[in-house]
Amino acid sequence: MAILQIRQAIRDAMKEEMLRDERVFLMGEEVGHYNGAYKASEGLLEQFGPKRVIDTPIVETGFSGVGIGAAMCGLRPIIEFMTFNFSAVAFDQIMNNAAKIRHMTNGQFGVPIVFRGPNAAAHMLGSTHSQAFEPYYAHIPGLKVIAVATPYDAKGLLKSAIRDDNPVIFLESELMYSVKGEVPDEEYTIPIGKADIKREGKHVTVVTWGQGVPVSLKTAELAAKEGIEVEVIDLRTLRPMDIETVITSVKKTNRAVVLFHDWPYGGVGCEVIAQIQELAFDHLDAPVLRECYEDVPFPYADNLEQLVLPTPEKGLAAVKKVLYRG
Amino acid sequence: MTAAGPTEVSYEDQLKAAFKDQSKDDILRDYLAMLRIRRFEEAAARAYTRGKISGFLHLYIGQEAIAVATQQAIQPQDRVVSAYRTHGFALALGSDPKACAAELFGKAAGLVGGIGGSMHFFDKAHQLWGGYAIIGNHIPVAAGHAFASKYTGDGAVTLVFMGDGAVGIGPVHEGMTLAGIWKLPIVFVVENNQYSMGTPLSRTLPVEDITSRAAGYGFKSDRFHVTSVAETRDRIGAAVKRAREDNQPTLLELITYRFRGHSMSDPAKYRQKEEVETWRMQDPLERTLRALQLLHGFDEAALEQLDGEVIAEVDAAYEFADKAPPPLPEARFANILVGE
Ligand SMILES: Cc1ncc(C[n+]2csc(CCOP(=O)(O)OP(=O)(O)O)c2C)c(N)n1
Ligand SMILES: [Mg+2]
Repeated sequence: MAILQIRQAIRDAMKEEMLRDERVFLMGEEVGHYNGAYKASEGLLEQFGPKRVIDTPIVETGFSGVGIGAAMCGLRPIIEFMTFNFSAVAFDQIMNNAAKIRHMTNGQFGVPIVFRGPNAAAHMLGSTHSQAFEPYYAHIPGLKVIAVATPYDAKGLLKSAIRDDNPVIFLESELMYSVKGEVPDEEYTIPIGKADIKREGKHVTVVTWGQGVPVSLKTAELAAKEGIEVEVIDLRTLRPMDIETVITSVKKTNRAVVLFHDWPYGGVGCEVIAQIQELAFDHLDAPVLRECYEDVPFPYADNLEQLVLPTPEKGLAAVKKVLYRG
Repeated sequence: MTAAGPTEVSYEDQLKAAFKDQSKDDILRDYLAMLRIRRFEEAAARAYTRGKISGFLHLYIGQEAIAVATQQAIQPQDRVVSAYRTHGFALALGSDPKACAAELFGKAAGLVGGIGGSMHFFDKAHQLWGGYAIIGNHIPVAAGHAFASKYTGDGAVTLVFMGDGAVGIGPVHEGMTLAGIWKLPIVFVVENNQYSMGTPLSRTLPVEDITSRAAGYGFKSDRFHVTSVAETRDRIGAAVKRAREDNQPTLLELITYRFRGHSMSDPAKYRQKEEVETWRMQDPLERTLRALQLLHGFDEAALEQLDGEVIAEVDAAYEFADKAPPPLPEARFANILVGE
């Protein structure tokens, strides 16, 4: 087992898939000569050359569309957004082309493509650069959406995403690229659509993903000090969602909190809650709560940003609330 | 687009010729205006290193003449719209350096209350209409300002600035198309500083001359190296005049250089020392300084005295920012919707 950072795990996944399949290529801003704005493609240009590691100008609609068009011809592009904030520029391409072409052409064409890059808030980047995009993409039938929080998950799921015949949105985090963890030396993949229980517990289920995972794990640690055993479920795939794992846990704990890095209103958190109440209503001993960003655009000022973010302390408060404690 | 590596003698002669028609007072004014921005940016870099500023910090070092020239070329009703490399515009247009520094520090006394940070400077009272950090998305907005001017007849011209890296993105094309069709009073200015992050022009531009695009929109165009405030002011001024008097848009390409990395997190390893040194010979601030020495006999002591005054003002701004209180917690709920 090697200890890798998430950025290295992502790089290795891309490298292995590019070695495995000639049709796989990487395209985006600063992915080549600069080795990626966050160094997630370090060394790939050197190894694979400019035919397969392609620097683009700042043209998100352009290179997303080119990726989609090339995928329709049988290539398997990995499109890097410097951050997902800039995917907003390419939204029409993703929503109307990547997600719809298979359906619209009655199956004549497919779009095997991965759009990847950092998502959600980093640190003090202000309102335009701190947004979580999973609600926009997970909303759309025809897309798969993944959010990773460990090097192991990042590598295994990115490999699956690249091999998948469908368009996949792959969400990383700027603040988590340096997070380290064990990654097997041998080849492995992780199936899309499988959640992972990151910590077992019997009192409260915390459902989370992406940047919410470390916050949830710290929440569980705080709770443990008060004798509360929290089960942390990392969804890993937001669409399709492994609701079975969530429901099994809720049937055991009878209480749930959804903790995530996004706004509360109308997002993936709401979907989790809707499904829990639909499938496990009789097992719930308390309303399911959300712990997430405050419902405001991101402020730059450090003190305000800290207030907007979900924290282990806020997570603990939510956990205690569903337990009717404190 | 590198300078011809002039010898010291020809450099001096050329410099004297370039500045001979300007009065000492004008040269001094331009020098101080540029120096103020440079010292402000250097202080920002230091504050960033000390952890007082966070997020993305893009410095204007090397491009100061453009903001100073812009201020001189416009009238009080005009509007300046910029991307995220904006501190220089704010300072040149008259924003309080204290408020600028406080914004970088995320303080309540900042230009936008500490809500926007370096990338989102707005100061309506000083003609600064942004401060936009998504590449190209301010171009149609600026065209909208010009549309409003034509609609209301307010006589204002909008000047909108973008980087060389921005010219390919869709909204730029769309904003320019509308400005061309509707003959809007606007000036589009590309600040070509040779790089889009780590990417040189050769990898972002299909054709080197960005102004070659002007014809397709029905714009006039002008393209030149920025080596002095005066020339830059006059050439921007000509475009402003066309916009104001004839509703004739212009595309300007101002060839310049940023001496620092793209942002504080960029060590700029993609360029050679020699390249940077060559551009230093063309640095408008350095050239203006030399003009003061060569043509008007400013000695070291005089220049140091001036520098000291500028540094004192900048230091006071950063000291103010450091001591200023952060925004109140409830500030995060303000200004999301009006009338709530
Ligand atoms: C739509 C979009 N894509 C990517 C970025 C990230 N980004 C910020 S600045 C920049 C480079 C811009 O270069 P240029 O336009 O030449 O301006 P300069 O920084 O040189 O002033 C990039 C890629 C962004 N802000 N917006
Ligand atoms: Mg540039």
